[in-house]
Amino acid sequence: MKELKLMKGNEAFAEAVIREGVDAYFGYPITPQSEVIEYLMLEEPHKRTGMVVLQAESEIGAIHMVYGAAGAGKKAVTSSSSPGISLKQEGISYLAGSELPCVMLNVVRGGPGLGTIQPSQADYFQTVKGGGHGDYKLIVLAPASVQEMADFVEDGFELAFKYRNPVMILSDGLIGQMMEKVYLKPQKPRLTDEEIREKYGNWATIGHKPSERNIITSLELKSERQEKHNQKLQAKYRKVEKNEVRFEKINCENADYLLVAYGSSARICQKTIQLGKEKGINIGLLRPITLWPFPSEEINKMADNVKGILSVELSTGQMVEDVKLAVNGKVPVEHYGRFGGMIHSPDEVLEALEEKFIK
Amino acid sequence: MTEEIIIAGFGGQGVLSMGKILAYSGIMQDKEVSWMPSYGPEMRGGTANVTVILSDERISSPVLRDFDTAIVLNQPSLDKFEKSVKPGGILLYDPNGIIHPPTRKDINIYKIDAAFEASKMKSSKTFNMIVLGAFLKLKPVVEMENVLKGLKKSLPERHHHMIPMNEEAIKLGIAKVEEVHKI
Repeated sequence: MKELKLMKGNEAFAEAVIREGVDAYFGYPITPQSEVIEYLMLEEPHKRTGMVVLQAESEIGAIHMVYGAAGAGKKAVTSSSSPGISLKQEGISYLAGSELPCVMLNVVRGGPGLGTIQPSQADYFQTVKGGGHGDYKLIVLAPASVQEMADFVEDGFELAFKYRNPVMILSDGLIGQMMEKVYLKPQKPRLTDEEIREKYGNWATIGHKPSERNIITSLELKSERQEKHNQKLQAKYRKVEKNEVRFEKINCENADYLLVAYGSSARICQKTIQLGKEKGINIGLLRPITLWPFPSEEINKMADNVKGILSVELSTGQMVEDVKLAVNGKVPVEHYGRFGGMIHSPDEVLEALEEKFIK
Repeated sequence: MTEEIIIAGFGGQGVLSMGKILAYSGIMQDKEVSWMPSYGPEMRGGTANVTVILSDERISSPVLRDFDTAIVLNQPSLDKFEKSVKPGGILLYDPNGIIHPPTRKDINIYKIDAAFEASKMKSSKTFNMIVLGAFLKLKPVVEMENVLKGLKKSLPERHHHMIPMNEEAIKLGIAKVEEVHKI
């Protein structure tokens, strides 16, 4: 039976990590996501499942521990907030280059630099467009509730192992710190080496027979081979784009204006829809659940039926570029958002929509 | 039913835990709930606040500009949130330390002398439960039975012996809340 609790987003993520049967968590505390490692330390999951929880010497240490564990075919997790995720970019590029599965969480705070500890969505470019070096993609899931902070752990590992690709859960301080009801799934057992091989194929370096000699590396000095490797990665990315786009549509039928927003901003926009109704303005919301792959096709289709599209983000305007690419000039696309740790209210979003499209 | 509440005061007054108990009580009554705190440096010595929403429907934004009820427990919070009460809504405050009382005429204003009552009970820890009682008298959004269940859920077991004292404090709040201005 599913268990009902009142939890912070960060705590729900941590509990879901244990229940997923994850083998190891490596991290380093930083506000506003320190509850993840605090919760894991207090829960002592090594007593429940044998799971390792380790506070590394730094974020750079943590991401490379994830690299090692993932290379051994283990389910490995790390989490941090913006400045810490910046430190992890080298390791993330290596994980992508070596085609290793893992789940990472970024509870975004305002930047740049050390910035602020308040919520922000200004790490969209870093997460979706690269961050680290090289032609690679992360599969990016954007939770909009405490429930999704828990659910995306399982979804993330399914995608990570299916495509042998790192997955980033892109959250923010608002979803991480707020408490809501959450239904928790029952405990899954940790997988053995044999079960992993059976389920996901024989690629991990498990250090003993009957495995063949598998090599995990992102280094290839022969450029011809490195180009081939890149082509293989690109083919995989096209497959992900074809199969894994996820989004939610709210009030979109007969909407005159469309909001595109993810995560906490999508929650705020749901209230804007209600406020719009009271004023006789019919607003719909498209919430990308995967930020990569991005629901471009759906947004393009919806552009045929609305007068204008507002991309609403807690940033100075990042996702709006992808919305514009998707819409391809069919209708006006504008951006609205508070930033630097400030959060727009539902009323402010409505006022922005009116100002940009109606007045 | 949707009730959008902001609770604000000094760090240490039990603002966040009062919100958590209210949220847990809502769960016990099968409601959707959200609890969104201010977090970070402003909690230490400065003002702390939490937005609690109880609803029969899926909750949209956990962040709001206007509230059905504002519960304010110090002057800075009163200054900040008096204007955030929806017209016709409720402002509940503790007069202790308030030099400039609320002035709006388009909302219902109540006070609860919770700091004073808590000192009479010889336990400053009951302060926030007296305030909660006052709120529940004005807006009975959750039943007493579910508040007690919520209290039990949100307190760690080692503090369960304090539940009767908290119940007494809630009842005291219900009895002592006073009307200041009614529209």
